[in-house]
Amino acid sequence: MTNSELNRLKDKAFQGFGIFCTLIGLVVLAIFLLNILIDGLGRIDWNFLNNLPSRRAERAGIYTAWIGTLWVLVLSSLIAFPLGISAGIYLEEYGKKNRLASFLEVNISNLAGVPSIIYGLLGLEIFARMMALGGSLLAGSLTLALLVLPIIIVTTRESIKAVPRSIRDASYALGASKWQTTWYQVLPASFGGILTGVILALSRAVGEAAPLIVIGALAYVPFAPSSPMDEFTVLPIQIFNWISRPQAAFATNAAAAIIILLFITFMLNGIAVYLRNKWQKKVKW
Amino acid sequence: MSKKNYKLEAKSLNAYYGNFHALKDINIAMEEKAVTAFIGPSGCGKSTFLRTLNRMNDYIDGFRVEGEILLDNRDIYGKDVRVDELRKEVGMVFQKPNPFPKTIFENVVYGLRIQGIKDKRVLAETAETSLRQTALWDEVKDKLDKSALALSGGQQQRLCIARALAISPSVILMDEPTSALDPISTAKIEELIYELKKDYTIVIVTHNMQQAGRVSDQTAFFYMGELVEFSKTKIMFTSPKHERTQNYITGRFG
Amino acid sequence: MRVQEKIIEGLLWLSAVITILVTVGIIWVLLSESLTFFEEVSIVDFLTDTQWTPLFADKHFGILPLVAGTMLTTAIAIAVALPIGLTIAIYLNTYAPPAFRATIKPMLEILATIPTVVYGFFALTVVTPFLQSFIPNLAGFNSLSAGMVMGIMIIPMISSLSEDAISAVPKSLREGAYGMGATKFQTAFGVLVPAASSGILVSIILAISRAVGETMLVAIAAGQQPRLTANPLVPIETITTYIVQVSLGDVPHGSLEYRTIFAAGLTLFVFTFTLNNISFWIRKKYQEKYD
Repeated sequence: MTNSELNRLKDKAFQGFGIFCTLIGLVVLAIFLLNILIDGLGRIDWNFLNNLPSRRAERAGIYTAWIGTLWVLVLSSLIAFPLGISAGIYLEEYGKKNRLASFLEVNISNLAGVPSIIYGLLGLEIFARMMALGGSLLAGSLTLALLVLPIIIVTTRESIKAVPRSIRDASYALGASKWQTTWYQVLPASFGGILTGVILALSRAVGEAAPLIVIGALAYVPFAPSSPMDEFTVLPIQIFNWISRPQAAFATNAAAAIIILLFITFMLNGIAVYLRNKWQKKVKW
Repeated sequence: MSKKNYKLEAKSLNAYYGNFHALKDINIAMEEKAVTAFIGPSGCGKSTFLRTLNRMNDYIDGFRVEGEILLDNRDIYGKDVRVDELRKEVGMVFQKPNPFPKTIFENVVYGLRIQGIKDKRVLAETAETSLRQTALWDEVKDKLDKSALALSGGQQQRLCIARALAISPSVILMDEPTSALDPISTAKIEELIYELKKDYTIVIVTHNMQQAGRVSDQTAFFYMGELVEFSKTKIMFTSPKHERTQNYITGRFG
Repeated sequence: MRVQEKIIEGLLWLSAVITILVTVGIIWVLLSESLTFFEEVSIVDFLTDTQWTPLFADKHFGILPLVAGTMLTTAIAIAVALPIGLTIAIYLNTYAPPAFRATIKPMLEILATIPTVVYGFFALTVVTPFLQSFIPNLAGFNSLSAGMVMGIMIIPMISSLSEDAISAVPKSLREGAYGMGATKFQTAFGVLVPAASSGILVSIILAISRAVGETMLVAIAAGQQPRLTANPLVPIETITTYIVQVSLGDVPHGSLEYRTIFAAGLTLFVFTFTLNNISFWIRKKYQEKYD
């Protein structure tokens, strides 16, 4: 075999390996999803969604868990969105390229890399203990709000950056102030991108269990929460709890709850992707 | 004080981008209700100078200005001057049409809205007047609530001019307003400039010698950040004083 | 008007500065509780003792077993994710038709969006039984299965960041190699990968940082037995799992056991903080080189 034949063979071999690697992750994903569906789909019915937790697997439901998840999503959104979007606006439109701005940038990129469980320790000490919120919805939502803040800030900045200079120029030239320009022109024009980031942040928050366990969210909550000060559980914690039990019937419950959790996660991500594509098509400068 | 009352004057104006000396000791006086054209090769400072006239360069990091620019004998870089007030007096039209991604109507009344004017009648009247001034009214009166981005390039540029007129400035700055347009749209804008100079002082930056010749009363030739020559357009184009001006006008460089 | 502008700017500034408070808060919480911890437990013991048994009668506070557990799962995850992720990056960049790349990239991203409890379930109920069928002495909880599944989870991190880095290699280099008759394979490994090495390195470091901090997956599938071992077949405990374990129990606040989770958290934070800053530093340096 000549050298060049050998080279071509190597090339072909690597190409085959490349296809193999690309597909292996997806094949594993498919096996996994199929497995979960087979295990859990039969378990999902109206009662499963509406039953309180129970020590008997076949009577246990995820009512408290999904209500808790919904509460946490709404509360942490209310906290994180205004903060994150404002911070993004400041860094992109106001923060001159000074030392504070570059420090903020390093800091935010660092925060994005802090493991979620560390946010749990922060929440435990500051919100649960010092602010005496205990293992309440509010403590949990504040913790998750801080966790997703970097995601919102980064996507807000990127969306704002994409608004062309000429739009700002036009607004300034008509006598608009910085804030007027930001409010009337920059934000509406970057709305789609910001919304996408916000939804991605939500999909991240919906799957988090570790930080909530650390602040003291419980696996067993007999009643659905009805105010921000109530104790709570969320879907991922409920799933974790069921996985930890030896009986096979609880594994079936876990699979069923996972289907619901994945449904929510995929739906949020789907909406985000849809919005991103829609906005990219619509806004042509 | 100058003998004559000029609308816009620059006195010993120097401008810098960081260490780069972009405008070197510019002295110029522009008459009221006349069209002044700035010409010169790319990077000569003509656009920079235009943008100092309404302080659009304020937002550029490291940009600074020395000397004075007088609008109606008042230094626009003075401490008591508010930039938003200045820009209501000095409107601007850009190189590429840049309508906001909003309706035609909202584009025209944007300047009024940010001044806090909410009276629907005032807004509607101003919109109509401004659109009539730019000869756009008949073309768009039935689709005021349609997106401005659906208009043609020439219409968009006239909309941008209408938008600038709506806040009743006395000076209009135009930064190569026809460079992105086809010849027919260009002709319409040039006619418009001719009409507008009855009421407004116009300063236009252009790359197009013929355009400068057609629309302007006076012309300033910039080169490497310096104002080389400034005179009546007719004189500049027939008997320029400097060889460099002559070369540029006749197309030998630039 | 002017006052209003200033107030708004002030509020926006405050929102941005809150992010600094979060960092300060994290460091303060970890340090203050850990300092109290180190008043009772010597830092030498913490760093050198080979046993971690704070919840037993015979208490030992050596962090090494937890660090070892964390390293082991991380190493297995990277051993899976690095070859696969890098191959995907090269394949998608130089071999794959654009339409294929456009479909496959978002599909791979799905892997990164799945909640980690779900991966834990997968590792425990599918992968471990599957591996047990040909490794009979594999324990029900083990770092092998948890690490492998974590590897799959972080594939998209390595593949997409590395692909970005490879795409950023100037076209002229690539064309130069093709022009000399190099195959795609030779171009990829002889030119592209070396030229994109710093970007690829950043992707690996970030993936390590992610794996070190991963919690639910290992808490579910890798066990809760702190053990100083490199054996991937037996139950171990990671730093993160320990924190979860204590949080689930009834450890009274203010006790020494309670403080152990902050000492463990501080250890974890030091690791991820260092890794993130190295990657940030490499990225800055790399940008300066190419811009």
